[in-house]
Amino acid sequence: MARRPEVIAVLGRAVRTPRGTAGLVIAGLVVLVAVIGPAVAPYSATEFVTAPFARASSVAWLGGDVLGRDVLSRTLDGGWQLLAMAAVATALGVVVGAVLGVMAAYYGGLWDSLIMRAVDVILAFPQLVFALLLVSILGPKIWLIVLAVAISHAPQVARVTRSAALDISERDFVKAMQILGIPGRRIIRRDVLPNLTSVLMVEIGLRLTYSMLVIAGLSFLGFGLQPPAASWGLMINENRVGLIANPWGVLMPAILIALFTIGVNTFTDAVARASLGVGGRATEPEPIALVAREVTG
Amino acid sequence: MTAPSEDIPMTATVEDIPPSTRETGPGTPRLAVEDLRIVMPATRRRPEADVVDEVSFTVQPGRVLGLVGESGSGKTTVALALLGLVKRGLAIGGGKVLIDGRDILALSEHDLQKVRGRSVAYVPQDPGSALNPVLKVGTQLREVFAVHGGDADRLTQVMAEAGLEDPAPILASYPHQLSGGQQQRVALAMAFACRPQLIVLDEPTTGLDVTTQRRVLDTVRGLCHTYQVAAVYISHDLSVVAEIADHVAVMYAGRLIEIGAASELFATPAHPYTRGLMRAIPLMATSHELHGMAGAPPRPGNRPAGCSFRPRCEFAIAECESGEPQPVVVSDTGHAARCVRATEITALSGTALLARDRTVPAAAEPVLTISRVSVSYTNKPVLRDVNLDVGARKSVAIVGTSGSGKTTLARCVVGLHKDWTGTITFAGSQLPPGVRGRTPDQLRKIQFVAQNPYASLNPRQTIGQIIGNPLTHFTKLPARERDKRIGDVLTSVALRESFAARYPDELSGGERQRVALARALVVDPELLVCDEITSALDVSVQAAIVELLLRLQAERGLALLFITHNLPLVRSIADDVTVISAGQICEHGPVTQVLTAPKEAYTRQLIADVPSFEQTG
Repeated sequence: MARRPEVIAVLGRAVRTPRGTAGLVIAGLVVLVAVIGPAVAPYSATEFVTAPFARASSVAWLGGDVLGRDVLSRTLDGGWQLLAMAAVATALGVVVGAVLGVMAAYYGGLWDSLIMRAVDVILAFPQLVFALLLVSILGPKIWLIVLAVAISHAPQVARVTRSAALDISERDFVKAMQILGIPGRRIIRRDVLPNLTSVLMVEIGLRLTYSMLVIAGLSFLGFGLQPPAASWGLMINENRVGLIANPWGVLMPAILIALFTIGVNTFTDAVARASLGVGGRATEPEPIALVAREVTG
Repeated sequence: MTAPSEDIPMTATVEDIPPSTRETGPGTPRLAVEDLRIVMPATRRRPEADVVDEVSFTVQPGRVLGLVGESGSGKTTVALALLGLVKRGLAIGGGKVLIDGRDILALSEHDLQKVRGRSVAYVPQDPGSALNPVLKVGTQLREVFAVHGGDADRLTQVMAEAGLEDPAPILASYPHQLSGGQQQRVALAMAFACRPQLIVLDEPTTGLDVTTQRRVLDTVRGLCHTYQVAAVYISHDLSVVAEIADHVAVMYAGRLIEIGAASELFATPAHPYTRGLMRAIPLMATSHELHGMAGAPPRPGNRPAGCSFRPRCEFAIAECESGEPQPVVVSDTGHAARCVRATEITALSGTALLARDRTVPAAAEPVLTISRVSVSYTNKPVLRDVNLDVGARKSVAIVGTSGSGKTTLARCVVGLHKDWTGTITFAGSQLPPGVRGRTPDQLRKIQFVAQNPYASLNPRQTIGQIIGNPLTHFTKLPARERDKRIGDVLTSVALRESFAARYPDELSGGERQRVALARALVVDPELLVCDEITSALDVSVQAAIVELLLRLQAERGLALLFITHNLPLVRSIADDVTVISAGQICEHGPVTQVLTAPKEAYTRQLIADVPSFEQTG
């Protein structure tokens, strides 16, 4: 009887909790807006439809922005790139961080010192400042922003992964493989990493929300998609002068970013809770604590 | 499932101590447990299930009751109930716990607080984790005295009674600066400080070596008698209970299945389970075949109809299916057992042990030679000039207390520990220190089985994958051939081939250890290094694993290096034994010689301190 992979089992359990359902629905709504938005937008994102900061009307349901473009259309159009960038940055950051963290934990010694001290250096910079630094030196290119955000994530992921992997690397089943002379890379792949799935899943969720915030923040500061392209972070910056005249230009992107963050965080929390019952199904707690005490020597 | 109301409570025993031995007024036991029932409350998915049911016993002042059971028997659940506690997810389903006539299960949380510590004291299994590591021992002890009233003189007195003759340096120490035995004595002093009426001891000597264990047991016994405290001593180890208890109660699947005076119960066990346990325990005096019990205890809510032990019982008859057996009193001192054939079983002569007919293999070229091996951790020597031979097909045991360096030696042999000096020769060639320097053939021929089967199997792989790991690493077999080898080795460790598709968390401890053995055996090793492989298992499971190991050793002509702290087990399993103490070999020789006529004082002491029910019987 094949067992569902750990990832699916944990996700399944997380979705079935009220917390998980709520998180998934909220985040899913934002993703839906971002993905199908461009297709259903009534106007082009760059078309001048109304007067600047015009109030909501039957022509422009959410009014006009700083240049008289349709806020609704720009909102619908301005999400997918942000989400895509956040997703890629997260994936990159988690993969690099996890590999570094597991290597530091498994090989220890010099590897550990080198990796972790490098991590400490990067961690000394606040995440946004670090990304700003890279982007302001090398220019606001999209790939660079993604890379900068990924690099700023990697150290934190490395830290978390390392501490979890340290525990796994000391387990007897890893020793059992080492005694056979099986190479480290294979042990990491087959014995250490599969036991870190739930840790990494939580890490992906957390990093995704941070990615979103940092990228939107960079975009707000002018590093990101350049005008006239629509982007939620950029929209907040452009339209904040007209906050009184037509608040929707700021509110809509802000609300969507907030909802996405809340949704993903809530779902991640549900995943973290669901992963506590390890083993792919709700098992009774093993007498491992008792056993450990009975063992001497 | 529940018994009729005309149930005979199993309280007869302790009540029936001859009046001359009673220290206080007759008829008032210090502790009386009546029909205790603890349940997992019903949820949407499953109905209510009892974890403990129909448990009744009494303990007189100054007496020690040993509560024995294997893991999952409910003994700890009962122990906690004596303090008015239940584990998370459980609830008291009925019954009474009377301490001097007062039912503590009926008390409010506020009143219970006052009872705990003053009327009932608890000594945990691991005193190290029960003491606060950032406070000095003195501060913690004085706190207890302050809360419950008491003065400094009394503190010194209690400590002396707990075997801490010179309290000043101990009071000024932090818990981690004390040895395990000292920590346990501090916990005892704390428990006896307020002159409780009842003391509950939860396996307090499990983590201690035999010598310390012996001293702590003597202390507990002495304190209970001096202060007329009733004690309940929880243990999985019949031999330890035999050392300390006046009366013994055996639990199985949440019920008391036998209760009686210790001497009587061990001499003539009345329940097949007790009898089975006794036959499973290795003895010091003789090497006998360890009798494992097939099967596993039923889980709560999953009890078979009739007697819970019936599916595993060699004495089962048709009548056993007809209902929960009621206690049968088999002697006029109140020895009773829940078995329809209790009287017959009591009459059986002893426990009928089969002497082991083990032919010691003729002296052969040693397959493993350890010479002048030394190990140091940061200048602290762990092993000093150790010399040892393991002959082909021989079984050599290394015995020592915790910290003696025996596990380090095993790790040097298998290459997990690589910072040692000296030489280890295997099959004629010298072994490089670490795994990396060794040839695939050397790695294949020396296999290792670790202590804890709960940690040695990757929870994310199936049993088939786990056993397949060494196979794919050392051989280039086609998939079908590999699966066949995995199936064969599973059969040889008495598991079904279908286990290959299961995951470790679906297996019991004993089954897991069989899988660990299978993983070691699948590549046909010549030397098997076993590090305390049974110490995490219940005795009935240990017996089965040991018998399996000996059978496989004979069949496959394996040399065995067996690391253990369990001396009686050595008697049953080894040809030669090496006693190791503080990193040095203390004594070495054939088992019969070392265990019956030890030359060294250390070995003699070690043997003398082994708890046993043999003398009691």
